[in-house]
Amino acid sequence: MASIDTGGGDSGHKKSRGVKKAKKLSTRVDMTPMVDLGFLLITFFVFTATMSSPTTMDLNMPKDIKDKKDQTEAKESGVLSIMLGKGDQVYYYEGKLEVGAGVNNFKQTTFKGIRDVIINKKKEVMGKHVHDATCDKIQQKAKEKGDPDWKDACLDRDFVVIIKPDKDATYKNTVDILDEMTINQVKIYAMVKIIDDEYKLIQATEQNNGIK
Amino acid sequence: MTPFVDIAFLILSFFIMATKFKPQEPVEITTPGSVLTQNLPASNAVMVLVDSANRVFFTVLSEKDPTVYDQLIQSLNSSRGLNLSKEEMANYKKTYSVGVPFSGLKQLLNTPAEQQKNLNQPGIPVMDSANNELVWWISEAKKAFAGQALHFLIKGDAKSKYPTFEAVIDALKRNEEFKYNLVTSLEDLPKGSDLDKANKKAAAKK
Repeated sequence: MASIDTGGGDSGHKKSRGVKKAKKLSTRVDMTPMVDLGFLLITFFVFTATMSSPTTMDLNMPKDIKDKKDQTEAKESGVLSIMLGKGDQVYYYEGKLEVGAGVNNFKQTTFKGIRDVIINKKKEVMGKHVHDATCDKIQQKAKEKGDPDWKDACLDRDFVVIIKPDKDATYKNTVDILDEMTINQVKIYAMVKIIDDEYKLIQATEQNNGIK
Repeated sequence: MTPFVDIAFLILSFFIMATKFKPQEPVEITTPGSVLTQNLPASNAVMVLVDSANRVFFTVLSEKDPTVYDQLIQSLNSSRGLNLSKEEMANYKKTYSVGVPFSGLKQLLNTPAEQQKNLNQPGIPVMDSANNELVWWISEAKKAFAGQALHFLIKGDAKSKYPTFEAVIDALKRNEEFKYNLVTSLEDLPKGSDLDKANKKAAAKK
């Protein structure tokens, strides 16, 4: 393949005198350089190809509301506050923050553990659900949208997750926790500024645990 | 060998067609993963980049209508009194992203587009809420895109800190913009989660 066939030549075999035959030339072309180039290009494109196209996550933020009476209120029993701290640590508490003698609902976990916390809290809230008039409206809306589980549409109505990243949290942490909301289908969640008390508590916990 | 060569060239043509060249970004950004599969809008968008050192860059994506770039820089020039020359403003079109304060913009636009990546850009100042220059960039972009749909993309590095992200959001909020797209890379959905179940239900229905 690699060598060009020069055709017959003068090896052995005597040709009859006087009769001139046209020299038989091979029609085959040497393909090696072409193939070389082909593979060079393949390698180049394999390396430059960006296969994974980026995806996006929608984020809707509320307008800053200063007036307290315009703010949305959440039922204390259905609230889960999640705080993000240094070193991929997650802190959370249910309902109101209670830290004092004998009572402490401020807990620490990681991104792996927070999923179970969210799932359990969601189950708990859904279990305590009491049907009332506003529920009918929510169910009706879901029914119109064509949701097959419209009867359950109201169950997690009171479940609210409040996300509070602190100064040391990374952007990845923020996206991860928002992703967790999507994964566990938390319908109501809000990202708010962390309160000073909580931040101090996190810093104290971080110091105790030696997280830098 | 012929079939072998045939296959090789088939693969080659596939890769040529599938390759989309990345636009040159001044900084390398590793986006965090997310389970969402929504695709990124490639045009009519404003992209704010945040790199791992919390530097903020501003980019306008407008493939269809390049006049937007001229409008934006001219309007910014007059509203902020930047004293840019015509050549400098023309250079903005070729500049992929801007990561300098207004005081350094003249120098950046004086540099040819190919050499800009060698320039050390400190990032647009955002942390000081009284001097959040990103607010101006976004407001000018909104003006330049007036009457068209406009998406706001935030592409942050996984390691960047939350306060910078908050400041970027704040700049967008001050422009009365409340819907954003966060650029992420695709990640697998954990099995057995509520979303996984809901997806399967929807698929079974079809």
